[in-house]
Amino acid sequence: MQTYYFDHSASTPPYESVIRTVAELMAQHYANPSALHRAGTEAHKLIERAREAVAGLLGAAAGEVIFTSGGTESNNLAIKGILGAGGRKPKHLITTAIEHSSVYGTARQLESEGVRVTFVAPNAQGRIEAADIETAIGPDTALVSVMHVNNETGVVQPVEEIGRLLRAHPKVRLHVDGVQALGKVQLDWAASGVDLYSASAHKFRGPRGAGFLLVREGIRLTPQLTGGGQESDARSGTHNLPGIVGMAQALRLALESLPERRARMYALRSRLIGGIKTIPELVLNVPEEERLVSPQIVNLSYPGMRPEVLLHMLEQQGILISTQSACSSKSLKPSRVLMAMGLGEARSTGSIRISFGDEHVEADIDILTERLRTAVAKLKLLERN
Amino acid sequence: MNFNYLLVRLGELTLKGRNRGRFESLMLGKIKEALHACAGLQYESSYGRVYIKLNGADAAETMSRLADVFGIQTISPVLRTSHDLEEIRRAALAVLQAHLPVPSTFKMSVKRAWKAFPHDSMEMNHLVGAHVLRNTPALRVDVREPDVELRLDIQPQGVFVYCSVVAGAGGFPLGMNGKAMLLLSGGIDSPVAGWLAMRKGLEIEAVHFHSYPFTSQQATDKVVSLAQRLAYYGGRIKLHLVPFTELQTLLAQQKQDHLIITLMRRSMLRIAQRLAERSGALAIVTGDSLGQVASQTLGSMNVIGRTTDLPLLRPLVMMDKLEIIRISERIGTYETSILPFEDCCTLFVPKSPATNPNLRVVEGVEHALGAELARLVDEAVAGTETVTLTERGRLDAKPAPAAEDRWF
Repeated sequence: MQTYYFDHSASTPPYESVIRTVAELMAQHYANPSALHRAGTEAHKLIERAREAVAGLLGAAAGEVIFTSGGTESNNLAIKGILGAGGRKPKHLITTAIEHSSVYGTARQLESEGVRVTFVAPNAQGRIEAADIETAIGPDTALVSVMHVNNETGVVQPVEEIGRLLRAHPKVRLHVDGVQALGKVQLDWAASGVDLYSASAHKFRGPRGAGFLLVREGIRLTPQLTGGGQESDARSGTHNLPGIVGMAQALRLALESLPERRARMYALRSRLIGGIKTIPELVLNVPEEERLVSPQIVNLSYPGMRPEVLLHMLEQQGILISTQSACSSKSLKPSRVLMAMGLGEARSTGSIRISFGDEHVEADIDILTERLRTAVAKLKLLERN
Repeated sequence: MNFNYLLVRLGELTLKGRNRGRFESLMLGKIKEALHACAGLQYESSYGRVYIKLNGADAAETMSRLADVFGIQTISPVLRTSHDLEEIRRAALAVLQAHLPVPSTFKMSVKRAWKAFPHDSMEMNHLVGAHVLRNTPALRVDVREPDVELRLDIQPQGVFVYCSVVAGAGGFPLGMNGKAMLLLSGGIDSPVAGWLAMRKGLEIEAVHFHSYPFTSQQATDKVVSLAQRLAYYGGRIKLHLVPFTELQTLLAQQKQDHLIITLMRRSMLRIAQRLAERSGALAIVTGDSLGQVASQTLGSMNVIGRTTDLPLLRPLVMMDKLEIIRISERIGTYETSILPFEDCCTLFVPKSPATNPNLRVVEGVEHALGAELARLVDEAVAGTETVTLTERGRLDAKPAPAAEDRWF
């Protein structure tokens, strides 16, 4: 049976050319980029070329790119790196109730260590209001951390508006978790007012284990990994050369065709939503309006039904989807994000996420809709209210 | 409010009567070259000045690039108006009100270079000043120490209204004062010396000595980056990479440990002089700063400097290290200079280098080496690799191998 992979927000299938590149680099450039000999120098040059490529694609300076192992590390480095810098004065962190667990968990950990943390709630559509962020700012606020695109709902957050607001608060840094946005929703780094931006390669069809953090020139971070002093001391550890170069290539491929890819994905999204609306048992948890959302994610609930039952029934039919986000889907707790949106426990516990990408065509969406319809019809008989 | 012109005042060169025309056209060329990336600018040259019509380009951005062009004394963002009094008043008010921080006092300063203008300076002072005062309630006049001096410059082609005057880099347009060789190590001082020389209108060709395997490729890369940064100020720069290993190992075997730096520096100067002759350069610029290290004491300078007949220019000779570091930060070479790669192999640096080398002993050692030394100097000159660098990289850079391109 053919498999239909609708879990792109958890991880994407890498580009064929990226797979080849990673393999070639593993075979040809195994030397440590920090080594002084010729092979090390060559490897080092590739790292620097990748850095320039990534920076160039995003309108950043090469010195603003720190390579990491991925989104979780970038988020940890950004938040702890800022809050750990400069003395022992009590600090304040503003973040939101809908962040990915790598931000949310980090904020909770810092809170337990004495940092004051404000979690700003979203509106009913899952969007953070920039004004609510501003209201939360106090004299001790050191950092605001807001995601660009929510990983469960796809809702685009007003990070540029927040960036503008923060111009009046020059001591407050702005971190944006861009993991779900990169390759789907573009950020104008130069004009954005964002100070730190996290990314992960495997979310835009690059290799696993590679990511980066953009850090605005002049900002110093407390390193979270110490050792050999790579990445200008901000992040020690031997460079993952195949991953880093593969990531640079994937980013180029994703951004080169961004307008067409977005248009395609929005069309698929709208087709899928049209289909879902013909199944009365299902409720959409996301706004339909395209300007509010990233194109690749649809979130829906079957209230009263345990979502993993639906997941497994679809799986039997070759359709792979996800409940909540992959990182928290093994727990049966209601989705923190949907709860924060005020959708109530039934919808928040029963949510599933469908996320697609470049390989999908309209026919795939139709198959998905039909199998969803069949599964719901079977489950309907078992519904308990 | 958007300024529509930049007024660029040219520097020292306006003092030179006879050749002024040539200097001004040289300057105009340098300015255009520096701003080649900004589309839509129009240039107008007049006595000691260049007017740049912005056509919508960002004034602050354009000014920040111009701040690095040698030969510019000051720059002002201006509003250019016609000779119509009402238009001049409106412009004056707009310029004053856009000034930050908000001034509480001002004075008018009118220059009527075009004598056919109907109102004289005093009248204009009142006509425009009163208008500004009427429309800016909190503002007062202070002719002694005003927060802002609002200037009107009445020229035949129009009236220029402005109140800020930003200092430029000063100096002479690059190349106006000839050419010199710069001894460029990977340290903090020599790039600063190069920049100061360039600011005085000297075209620079950089000379770097490398002694692989005692120094690494990274050390050379670092010098390439530094030269590239200097190329930002000069458009392009030639870098001569001299293989110094053979000479250095020969000198290291002379059982004159405390003199080795002296001997090395003398040989470097010999090579630099040969390269200078080849390039038509008339001086050698070094980053020497009096007393900073053993080879920069007066005694060492004397013994080392005698090797060459060319003038040795030492822009940093009387500067303190902190002053040098400040310039290095300002011109953007500091961060590269402090990278940890050794330039001159520390392996050969003696524990106590001579601070007052004896000229006779030094000449004796060199005499004993005789033809061997001359041969190695010839070889070093012959083996010198020359690359031309621009701000962005090697001009003659080979394209990256196809395999590598495919990976990106």
